[in-house]
Amino acid sequence: MENSPMPAKQALELYFLDNRARLLEIASFLDRIDRYKDSAAAKDDFRYKSFMKALKLIIGTEKDRTINVQLLFSDLTAEPIESAAGLKAFGAWEGTFSEGN
Amino acid sequence: MKVIDPHIHMVSRTTDDYLALAINGIHTITEPAFWAGFDRRGVDGFHDYFHHLTVTEPARAARFNIKHYCWIGLNSKEAENQKLAGEVLRIIPEYLDRPTVLGLGEIGLNKNSRNEINVLEMQLEIAAKRNELVLIHTPHLEDKLKGTRIIMDMVLNEKRIKPSRVLIDHAEEHTIGEIKEKGFWFGLTLYPNSKGSPERAVDAVEAYGSDNICINSSADWSVSDPLATVKCANEMRRRGHPEALIQKVFYENPKAFLSQCPKFKAG
Repeated sequence: MENSPMPAKQALELYFLDNRARLLEIASFLDRIDRYKDSAAAKDDFRYKSFMKALKLIIGTEKDRTINVQLLFSDLTAEPIESAAGLKAFGAWEGTFSEGN
Repeated sequence: MKVIDPHIHMVSRTTDDYLALAINGIHTITEPAFWAGFDRRGVDGFHDYFHHLTVTEPARAARFNIKHYCWIGLNSKEAENQKLAGEVLRIIPEYLDRPTVLGLGEIGLNKNSRNEINVLEMQLEIAAKRNELVLIHTPHLEDKLKGTRIIMDMVLNEKRIKPSRVLIDHAEEHTIGEIKEKGFWFGLTLYPNSKGSPERAVDAVEAYGSDNICINSSADWSVSDPLATVKCANEMRRRGHPEALIQKVFYENPKAFLSQCPKFKAG
């Protein structure tokens, strides 16, 4: 560990406004999904579900929040896929919501 | 302060960026071979690209007193065309012999497919046979953890390659611990949208220590910042970290890893 000598209160002061702005961006993003047509379809998407799960995880845990969010968005299988042709990354893993996960 | 950016794609950047690097203390850079943003149609495209990396960019950098080194390899996004991949792999050794080439890179996985694994295996064989340094690209986003684990298993199964001669790049919070535990170097990439911020990179230094870590901009043709390394150094400074530690992370560490190749001399 190479922790900064900065006290936590000073870190709060330094980073509060930036992160307040990020929080408002998230709130605004979710409001947008609510407001636009076919909102239910978007909310049924695995990315939306992962996102909401991540928000709960951030609030519900007291340490290792970043690692836990990363794991939540990750493909946790070990087997290679046959071909990558035409595939892209989504940022969340659909399998998170499969039976057994 | 002196900074080495061990991962930057200058073929995609302007000459103004070379000036910006120079006046901000970044006098040594290394450029891995990567995906051009489209799949190349034939092996001639790779000949031209490897010439660009080994002749054109070092000359462009030298105008600003910047030392430019590079890595040669076939990126994983172009591994699905196995016939072309085979042709590219055959021309790689002639470029590895060039004076500014440090090893194989960036090679690795993108979507963790069997074709990608096959091409990576063949490139690890070249690296092992020639005792080359290796710079590894790990997949982005949801594929990163799985890909990083597959890659580490492959390298560790190749007993001729020492983990201390391999840098696993684009590491993030959920992969750093396992990479470090297995004795590899690891890279953190400062990339605005899909990878890490200066704040998270400094958090990683604080959480995992300053050994075996290299921080890079990976600046390329997408939204990216060639000065990301010095901005990250400044983030360490504003948190009160000592200059010696900042110098270790942004200069001494990459110098130590890269100096394992006798061709490398830091500026």
